[in-house]
Amino acid sequence: MAKDGLNTEFRLVGTRPNRPDGLDKVTGRARYGADFSLPGMLHGAVLRSPHAHAKILKIDTSKAEALDGVKAVVTRADFPEGLEGEDWNLQENTMAGDKVLYDGHAVAAVAATSKLLAEEAVRLIEVEYEVLPHVIDVDDAIKPDAPVIREGASDASVPEGMPPNVVRYMEFGRGDLEAGFAAADLVRENTYKTEATHQGYIEPHACVGQMGSDAKGEMWVCTQGQWFIRKMCCAVLGLEASQLRVTPSEIGGGFGGKTTIFMEPLSLALSRKANGRPVKIVMSRSEVLRATGPTASGSMDVKIGMKKDGTLTAARAEFRMQGGAFPGAPVDMALYCGFAPYKLDAVEHVGYDVLANRPKCAAYRAPGSPMGAFAVESLIDEMCRELGLDPVEVRMKNAVREGDQSSYGPKFGSIGLVEVLEAVKGHSNLAEPLGPNQGRGVASGYWFNHNGETSVSMSIAADGTVQVSVGTPDIGGSRASLSLMVAEHLGIPYEDVRVNVVETGSLGENEPTHGSRATFASGKAAILSTDQAIKEMCRRAANEWGIDPEAVEWADGAAQPAGPNAGKFPPMSIKEIAGKMGETGGPISGHHESLPEGVGASFGAHVVDVEVDPETGLTKILRYLVVQDAGRAIHPSYVEGQYQGGAVQGIGWALNEEYIYGEDGRLQNPIFLDYRIPVASDLPMIDTVIVEVPNPGHPYGVRGVGETGITPPLPAIASAIHQATGARLRHLPMTPQKVRAAMKAQDS
Amino acid sequence: MSKHHVTTTVNGDAVEFLADPRETLLDCLRDHVGLTGTKEGCGTGDCGACSVELDGTLVCSCLVLGVEANGKTVNTIEGMASGDALHPLQRKFIEHAALQCGFCTPGILVAAKALLDKNPDPTEEEVRYWLAGNLCRCTGYDKIIRAVMDAAAELREAA
Repeated sequence: MAKDGLNTEFRLVGTRPNRPDGLDKVTGRARYGADFSLPGMLHGAVLRSPHAHAKILKIDTSKAEALDGVKAVVTRADFPEGLEGEDWNLQENTMAGDKVLYDGHAVAAVAATSKLLAEEAVRLIEVEYEVLPHVIDVDDAIKPDAPVIREGASDASVPEGMPPNVVRYMEFGRGDLEAGFAAADLVRENTYKTEATHQGYIEPHACVGQMGSDAKGEMWVCTQGQWFIRKMCCAVLGLEASQLRVTPSEIGGGFGGKTTIFMEPLSLALSRKANGRPVKIVMSRSEVLRATGPTASGSMDVKIGMKKDGTLTAARAEFRMQGGAFPGAPVDMALYCGFAPYKLDAVEHVGYDVLANRPKCAAYRAPGSPMGAFAVESLIDEMCRELGLDPVEVRMKNAVREGDQSSYGPKFGSIGLVEVLEAVKGHSNLAEPLGPNQGRGVASGYWFNHNGETSVSMSIAADGTVQVSVGTPDIGGSRASLSLMVAEHLGIPYEDVRVNVVETGSLGENEPTHGSRATFASGKAAILSTDQAIKEMCRRAANEWGIDPEAVEWADGAAQPAGPNAGKFPPMSIKEIAGKMGETGGPISGHHESLPEGVGASFGAHVVDVEVDPETGLTKILRYLVVQDAGRAIHPSYVEGQYQGGAVQGIGWALNEEYIYGEDGRLQNPIFLDYRIPVASDLPMIDTVIVEVPNPGHPYGVRGVGETGITPPLPAIASAIHQATGARLRHLPMTPQKVRAAMKAQDS
Repeated sequence: MSKHHVTTTVNGDAVEFLADPRETLLDCLRDHVGLTGTKEGCGTGDCGACSVELDGTLVCSCLVLGVEANGKTVNTIEGMASGDALHPLQRKFIEHAALQCGFCTPGILVAAKALLDKNPDPTEEEVRYWLAGNLCRCTGYDKIIRAVMDAAAELREAA
């Protein structure tokens, strides 16, 4: 038995069956965003700003409109006015108003009878700009002479006298910081910087939108959240949410970047203007990189006090992040997560959310946490080296445990950081000897995990098989894990359950698949839905047997008399009950909706071995280990897949990936050749250890596994490079040029 | 721009379509032939999601014009299985959980098949370098490499 007393004996949970959508995905049959078409469909294209910051003086669309085959042109003039807050931000980001705010900002859109025609028409639109000074870097954006991106964008949290591009400010903490630092044997303070990266999903955004003059519409779209698409499109266009039906396609990766809208409202606006003909818009890769939602970039000061034995005495973080030309950089999340693995009595956090002339940031896997970890975990490692301490032991010594107050406030429930660190210590990778120019780095990572609005239905077919309708798109195998849980719970074969991701007309509101919530929240709701069906099946059996429904229990896929006093009846299987349900009271189904309680936070720790080429500064990953607490791995292969994928995204962030802007404020690397994500030949196998400290808030102990894995690689690799070269890099990415320069600086 | 009549063989079937000379083979396969299994991830030949075989050579179909396929033979992901029987690579990808979102999968399968046709016994490093032109953002490649190695082993045993 696990320490929480949850059942650990399972028939299906923890096995690795084939995923239900596997066949479609290896044969090319699976339908993604761009694979959908409708009769009479038009194709859309978008005109985008070539300037980082400019006033729009005039837009002349007459030549585009005159082109044969062009059916609609829209500009901001076609959108409703008077929006406020985040609705206005979304509308402004969908289509520029008085000013363009970043390179790639949409200015106009066209629908025509072919994609080539639409692109030709876009080139005929004439825009007169008055170019304004721009600012790209977060530290530049808060300088006194920085161009002001939007007057009055700051919210009430910003104290008077702050630079105008600071739009949100926060400070929180507890304890006596001064006394904490005074009690330390070593106090160190450093500044760390991370650059903006992109989620880099391989499928560009794509949708088909249809809307008539009656303001009723439909959309087919690749998204992590069909209800979010509905809500946001309707807010931006002034529509009633229930009149728009949104169907999610298979999704070619999201990682947070497909939880919001970009060009989706344009397809609806164009369709409405084109007499309701459906309009398909598929982004190019350049559009994805220039004009969707990359991460924030960060500039972060961290100060830590440590005793000679490694005990942390106090910590302070001051993070500045830009999230593009709109509020929303995840500086709060970065601050919450940064010190989360450590027990601290004195801690202070200060955060600035800053505007810059870049695209509006979106979520990216544990938003904020990798930046916070890069700063905090790097400094911890530097101090361990200075004091000659083992970085794993120091993390263990200060590790938070169940009941501890977190650095950011709430008390931790059941968590598995200590178990994770124990597993790290015992892993064979730590015993591998290191050669010349090689180094090892260790770091921890944290994510809260998330519940979110959840609505799930299930029903039993007449043959005793089961369908489950969920609102969380399946990005990494969640249909397999949901099927496993429902089949386990019902006591039926895995293959007898089909999980469908359904459109907005089929369920109540669901938040997207984000925050590592799908297996936790949809899973819990699916199990609670199944409980209703089980109760009803027991009632039907009781009726037939003429006994009290309370005297019937469900076991091994059948209703059974609960104990000898209930009477002697042979088990009545789900197939038997389902076959008769037409005569015994009609359909049997279950439904559950809630904000599921009992979210279980997830800690992980990574160990990386690198070799740095002293000639070129190129870092090669030799070995990589991910250890993370899953709570319970429902389908271990897909849990490993999340760990491996997260780690490799973090490796890319650490070593290669960054948004590079020219002096003119234009993105210099908007294709995959120049925005280089890790490729197969860059990497070794990614070793994984799944730690299972069950989450008592989920029937099977699930925590959620998607996010945490991207967090530790950034600092772990910096620390490994430090050990390999003696040089500490505090500004990502650690490209060969930067590593070589740092090594040279050390030599001189 | 006037369209060109293209006659080609796709997955063993004779196929005709009208192509604008600016359209890529990828556009033509998806929009004119109705085979949407081949994916566009970048349009610049960097991601490999659009990999197909053109007269037996592995190409990015986004870098080939549709009109260039005239008189040639194209093999796409839709032609990889023989009837109901999946190619061992397809089966191993499912068994090894070598896909998450699955968007890069068709291109990787087509590319991996081209490797195994040439080199039935590749080392891990050879697989990694061969697939370096196929981007996957979900898996970190680990399970993909294992699936390709395992399929290669099975094919060798069957040979």
